[in-house]
Amino acid sequence: MKEWRFWVAEQRGTLLALGIFIVMFIIYTSNHPAGLTANVVQTASNKGVLLAFVAMAQTLVVLTAGIDLSVGMIFILTNCLASWLVVGTGIETALGVTAVLASGALCGAINGAIVIFGRLQPIVTTIATGAVYFGVALLLRPFPGGSVNEDLADALTGRLFGVVPASLVTLLAVVLIVWVPFSRSVLGRAAYASGSSEVAAYMSGMPIRRAKFAAYTLAGTLAAIGGLFLTFFTYTGEAAYASGNAYTLFSIAAVVLGGVSLYGGRGSAIGAIFGALAFRTIGDLLFVFDFDPLWQPLFQGVVLLFAVSLGAFGLFRVRNKLEWFQ
Amino acid sequence: MNEAAPLLRMEGISKRYGGVRALERADLAVAPGRIHAILGENGAGKSTLIKVMAGVVAPDEGRMTLDGKEVSFASPAAANEAGIVCVFQELSLIPDLSVADNIVISDPPKRFGMIDRTAQRRIAMEALARAGAADIHPQALVKDLPLSRMQMVEIAKALARKPRILILDEATSALTAADVSKIFAVLKRLRSEGMALLYISHRMNEIEELADECTVFRNGSNVATYAAGSKSDSEVVEMMIGREYSHAFPAKPDRKTSDETPVLEGRNLSWTNRLDDISLSVRAGEVVGLGGLDGQGQRELLLAFFGVLRGLTGEVLVNGKPVSIASPAAARQDEIGMALIPEDRKTEGLMLPMTVRENLSFAALDRLSKGGVIDRATEQSLIDDMVKLLAIKTAGLDIPVGALSGGNQQKVVIAKWLMRQPRIILLNDPTRGIDVGTKQEMYQLLRKLADAGAAILFYSTDYDELIGCCDRVLVLYDGTIKRELVGAEITERALIASALNIQGEEAAMAEGASA
Repeated sequence: MKEWRFWVAEQRGTLLALGIFIVMFIIYTSNHPAGLTANVVQTASNKGVLLAFVAMAQTLVVLTAGIDLSVGMIFILTNCLASWLVVGTGIETALGVTAVLASGALCGAINGAIVIFGRLQPIVTTIATGAVYFGVALLLRPFPGGSVNEDLADALTGRLFGVVPASLVTLLAVVLIVWVPFSRSVLGRAAYASGSSEVAAYMSGMPIRRAKFAAYTLAGTLAAIGGLFLTFFTYTGEAAYASGNAYTLFSIAAVVLGGVSLYGGRGSAIGAIFGALAFRTIGDLLFVFDFDPLWQPLFQGVVLLFAVSLGAFGLFRVRNKLEWFQ
Repeated sequence: MNEAAPLLRMEGISKRYGGVRALERADLAVAPGRIHAILGENGAGKSTLIKVMAGVVAPDEGRMTLDGKEVSFASPAAANEAGIVCVFQELSLIPDLSVADNIVISDPPKRFGMIDRTAQRRIAMEALARAGAADIHPQALVKDLPLSRMQMVEIAKALARKPRILILDEATSALTAADVSKIFAVLKRLRSEGMALLYISHRMNEIEELADECTVFRNGSNVATYAAGSKSDSEVVEMMIGREYSHAFPAKPDRKTSDETPVLEGRNLSWTNRLDDISLSVRAGEVVGLGGLDGQGQRELLLAFFGVLRGLTGEVLVNGKPVSIASPAAARQDEIGMALIPEDRKTEGLMLPMTVRENLSFAALDRLSKGGVIDRATEQSLIDDMVKLLAIKTAGLDIPVGALSGGNQQKVVIAKWLMRQPRIILLNDPTRGIDVGTKQEMYQLLRKLADAGAAILFYSTDYDELIGCCDRVLVLYDGTIKRELVGAEITERALIASALNIQGEEAAMAEGASA
């Protein structure tokens, strides 16, 4: 096999997600009344990055063969926190941002500690902790309200040089600062390894526990970045239960769309980001076609099913049926 | 050399799992520059001993000294740190990572805190070359490799850690003859470089060729240590099991060539590039062997009959009638009556966490039930018959099958298919990693089933088995049948010659060189 084929084989999921996103986005912009303008791109990216951050968070946990059903709630909790803390002078705002990120990391760390040391199933653990995090959010913001440092919010949701959406630049920065080092570190590799075959990883003397703990903690932090951005867009904090649940479920859809295997050990956060952007675009397609919004969930579900099936086309080529089960 | 101070010494090591004692006051001394073979039946305590050494399990009592200093390892990582590296029988590779990722996994080269992929690749290629497996691409995903290549990667991975003590636990069980000779050359070189090697294998000829000294384990204790070559094969086997070696294979009945319709026949079977125009037939009462190097299409041929492969061309006939078998569910129906004993009992043969009873019933549930409800009485009586027939040693029918020893697990896999009384039995290397005692029982069973009228197609990587068990052997090479050996023609020399697809004299030389 040629060198590039190995690379393609490795990046297949990510490339497929990129493809789906590009196709969806072309359909979207070409039917948008305004066409491809800086404004359209800015709005799309501002909506997209929220789910992209949460999907990145989900990816980290899914890679270890776990699942995090609390990401949406961490997202909501940090939104409520930010609406209290990210205010005031520059220094106060900076401290607030740090505190919000640290709270997200703490939530993730709690998940990780329970899963690793309590040896509980991730799915049950995170349902429970998710409810707790939402409970805290509700205490912080029984009613929607609060405020945020609007200078910072406008800067991060606006455009750079009049064209490039700042939110997209932030997403790129987070990928470069968080994901790339993690995926290339020993811990990152151990996270992949424990998701792929935990026994083999243990037998090879890999730091499984530290890797999982890092994955859950980083997931909490990424969800908190998402929560910050939600605050920057809305200028308020709201303990919205439905929204938290939706983000959790959409993050799983985005991760699958992005080629990350729910069995663990395979995929990348970059794929999940494209998955998230594609998923968001699917949701918005309806508006450009001017359908009744009532149709949105149904339409979104059908397109999602179709998109996810694309990844399964390879199965038609399988000649040895035993490979279906691998 | 004999006087060399031991590098690692284990004294009075005991380990119990629940009520079962796996090790009882076992002693072992490992010296540098020596290859030390460990022999014993499955369940004799070899695996536990190695796990203690490699830091996988902690012993209940006993002490271990390395360089004269007492040590204990809390984890495999700690044992690696001390220079003890184990190539496990159960592969310890991460399937979704690349070959290079796997080779450097415990200590990857780093730059600025991140893994240096260029250096990683260089190290991996060096290690592969050192293990004689330079044909494996370092960027290939491990899960895409055949079993024999995975084992080579596993060995390369161990070598990349530069161990002082290297433990090989059945490390060659899936390797081709060519790979084995490469590995042996590597091991001998490591010995001359002063490494201590522990070698566990069920293959006597391998031990004969490699070992400087041997230790025999039985019932969790070391019963004898002797210089290699000072005991005959039958003496060694007797030490292991206390049974006569000469009765290993049951007598073959005299077979008259007859024109009776074969029970199973394949005509011009082809599939992708793995099977190429294969025709063969198996008659009732016949044990037909599949020989050749590993990965020449034997596994695919069995899967083809069992309805697992799509796009198979050619014809399959059962009792002279053309049939089309679309799936394993169809293959096991009474009109075909086919059973396949898979290669990997842990993934394809058993549901490990489920009970012995449940596992035994799986293939025959349709026969044991009325209107979708399982008839407990019928089930029980059939299961009792099977447990008795195969002498399955289990603490009870309701314990997880994963708790049984390897040999008994394999018996369960076979028994579960015998519950259907199949007329065609396909076996894919059923004795791999199984102790001598159980192997002998299997040989007896195969012959008994054949005598009762079953048609048996039997793939084995062990030449002795093909010679001892089969009425005919078909040797595969690159997806085609290269040669058919009948009766007295089945000799080690003929098998090796046709497996390597070379002529007689060259084969004799190859055999002489490897012996």
